[in-house]
Amino acid sequence: MSLSRQEVEKVALLARLQLSEEELTTMTTQLGQILEYVDQLSELDTEGVEPMAHAIDMSNVFAEDEVKPSLDREDALANAPKRDDECYRVPAVLGD
Amino acid sequence: MSITQLSALELRDHIADGKLTSEAATQAYLDRIEACDREIKSYIEVDADDALQQAREVDQRLAAGDSVGCLGGVPIAIKDLLCTRGQVTTCASRMLQEYRPPYNATVVEKVKAAGGVLLGKTNMDEFAMGGSTENSSIQLTRNPWDLSRVPGGSSGGAAACVAGGMAPLSIGTDTGGSIRQPAAFCGVVGLKPTYGRVSRYGLVAFASSLDQIGPLAWSVPDAALLLEAIAGHDPQDSTSAPKPVPQYSETVDQPLKGIRLGYPREHFEAGLNPEVAEKVQAAMDVYRSLGASITEISLPHSKYAIAAYYIIAPSEASSNLARYDGAHYGYRTDEQQLLRELKEERKTLEAAGKYDAVDDLDSPLIRMYRKSRAEGFGSEVKRRIMIGTYALSSGYYDAYYLKALKVRRLIRSDFDRVFENVDFVIGPVTPDVAFPIGAMTDDPLSLYLQDLYTAGANLAGITSISVPCGATASGLPVGLQLQAPAFEEERLLRAANMFQAETDWHTRRPTLG
Repeated sequence: MSLSRQEVEKVALLARLQLSEEELTTMTTQLGQILEYVDQLSELDTEGVEPMAHAIDMSNVFAEDEVKPSLDREDALANAPKRDDECYRVPAVLGD
Repeated sequence: MSITQLSALELRDHIADGKLTSEAATQAYLDRIEACDREIKSYIEVDADDALQQAREVDQRLAAGDSVGCLGGVPIAIKDLLCTRGQVTTCASRMLQEYRPPYNATVVEKVKAAGGVLLGKTNMDEFAMGGSTENSSIQLTRNPWDLSRVPGGSSGGAAACVAGGMAPLSIGTDTGGSIRQPAAFCGVVGLKPTYGRVSRYGLVAFASSLDQIGPLAWSVPDAALLLEAIAGHDPQDSTSAPKPVPQYSETVDQPLKGIRLGYPREHFEAGLNPEVAEKVQAAMDVYRSLGASITEISLPHSKYAIAAYYIIAPSEASSNLARYDGAHYGYRTDEQQLLRELKEERKTLEAAGKYDAVDDLDSPLIRMYRKSRAEGFGSEVKRRIMIGTYALSSGYYDAYYLKALKVRRLIRSDFDRVFENVDFVIGPVTPDVAFPIGAMTDDPLSLYLQDLYTAGANLAGITSISVPCGATASGLPVGLQLQAPAFEEERLLRAANMFQAETDWHTRRPTLG
């Protein structure tokens, strides 16, 4: 199956990627080729097959609800591109 | 014999016996790195002072008569996908070029606790996405056997540093073949453990249901030693298995009797380099001479492994890599420039009377995410995020992601059925040997097909090892793959060591410098 440039632009927005015109062109071709390749899965009859999301069957691994030490604020903020004393700083979310 | 030619087990024993200090061993490796890594570029970062300091601490503990753990004083290289506290952890990405994690990966803690000395962080494909290490945003790693060729990937630096004698042991990660393929290309041993055998805590996530950490070394016993040090349950990783860890290095030299090997006919079909096929056949003859029975088997769904893998892995990646938002850590685009850009765009649209398009303009926050990610990620990472986002998007989820999960079950069932009749699956690791640098850069799909024989083990969650089993006429290493049921590492390592006990491929070294 092939992909339109508009679809690729939409996926880029969903993926929070800003692609250049050139990247959009290459990506449209390459994603189309990859999707064409993976389309071979449709020739398999998988009716009634249980999907396998994980390699080992395990469910609900619980931990005791205990207070334990965790990352301290300074460590958590140490790698922030922009911060103040206690928070991450980002461009304004509301308004201009 | 020089220090850097000793096995890890020999090094450890020499250090324990006082024939050698950990400091001297570490210094010998640092010297070798200094001499050879300008050419190979297997390491992203080597902290010589820190390594020597760790080594001296081991020496002091030994001198005081304290126990130092099973790696006692042996230097070890770590793939730069594992977090090391306060030290660079770039994942070979511009996104994390300055990132210094506030904690150690569990595997790093375990290596330290076992007396291992961390030498440095090795190069890789960005976020482990690739099969040649050419997708590193930091540097190009060369294959020590032929400098014009790739070392494989994504753990290319991890394999090249061992092959180049620049570390006796090395830790890599394998999501679709990323330990075994570079091990095969560089002529060393690489083990992908069973999913859940080794904790993934502090391993920067690519595809969480497929990623496993594992050892690379020259010999099977050395790989067994490192696995013994890093395996085991970890409360910080709920998918790590609460199972005891056998002492792999204690039993690895005990041969298995009457083993049954099965070679999948699908792994010997068109596309396999005849020279690779010939070396793998010769390796099967070695097993026959040791009393193994060898039969043809079929993994009928294995030809769908790459298609399933390249939906599942990118889907998980698109979700995992959503965390790189330019807000919490990692690269952020220039904010002033981005605000100017948005203003310009708005002006242009308004001047053209396109008021609908003005409403659709990104908010500054969204544009900050989009530009930071566009500038921070390389092209393969973007490609996979795009594939995954598409496969998980509304309207396509059932056709792609859910379908791939069902095929994954069929691939697992193939292995379950086969393991009722054979102990191990034997075959090639890769369809071909190490390829020239640049040969596949413009053709992502061809590169994906390199994982044809390896991705099945990740999808099924079983364990698998790559062992050097020969060289082509032009001197490039060929790897033999043995696969075993989940949590059968102990027997897998013993079976692999039976081959090395009869052959000398693992003792050959490339000439460097």
